[in-house]
Amino acid sequence: MTHQEKRAWVMLVVSVAAYAAYAVTILSRADGRPLPDVPYTAPLLWTVGAAILATILVEIALGVVSPRSSRLTDARDRQIGRLGDYTGQSFVGIGAVAAMLMAMAGWDRFWIANVIYVCFFLSTMLGSVTKVIVYRRTFPQW
Amino acid sequence: MVKPTRVTNSIRAQRLANGEMTQADLAERIGVTRQTIIAIEQGRYSPSLEMAFRIARVLRVPLDDVFHYPDAPEEET
Repeated sequence: MTHQEKRAWVMLVVSVAAYAAYAVTILSRADGRPLPDVPYTAPLLWTVGAAILATILVEIALGVVSPRSSRLTDARDRQIGRLGDYTGQSFVGIGAVAAMLMAMAGWDRFWIANVIYVCFFLSTMLGSVTKVIVYRRTFPQW
Repeated sequence: MVKPTRVTNSIRAQRLANGEMTQADLAERIGVTRQTIIAIEQGRYSPSLEMAFRIARVLRVPLDDVFHYPDAPEEET
C-alpha cells in the first residue's frame, strides 16, 4: 500500500468517526426536543478540530514507521489524488448552494450549519472512497 | 464513459529477461512506487508516454516491445 493510499484510508476513517461522534452527540442531546434547539456549536467545532488533529497525528506516525521508499509519491498517486478531490468537490458546491438557498429562505442557523458540515463530510468521504477504489481497481479511462 | 485500458504490456517477461529484475528494482530505477509497477503490469493503469519510455529504456528494449495496442476492429470511426 502506498503512502498516499494510507492517507486516503486515514481521511476516510477519521472523517466517518468524527461525523458519527457529532451525530450521536447531537441526537443524544436532543432527547425529544426539536433539533434546532440542541446546542450544536461546541460539538461541531470539537469534532472538526479533533478530526484535523487526529489526521495530522496519524500521518506523522505513518511517516515515522514507513520506510522512506514507501513515502514516494509518483504520477499515479497524483492522478488518483486529483480524481478523488475532483469527485468529492461536487458536494462542496452542493453544500454551498444549499446553504445559500436556506439562508435566503430564512431557515434556522442549525440547519444551515449542519447542511454545510454534512456536505463537507460527504465531500471528504466520497473523495477518499474514490481514491481507495481506484488504488484497488483500474484507473478509469475516458 | 469509463472503460478499461486496451494497452497491454510484457513488462514482467522483460524483467525476467533482464536478470530477473524485481518490481522494486524497476520502480526504483524509474522513480515510481512498486505499487505503480504492479498496477501497470496488471493492466490497471496506463503510464504516461514519458514513463513508458523510461520503462522501455531501463529494460533496454524498444517501446513497442514492452507496450502493445490492439489493431482496430473495435475502433470507433
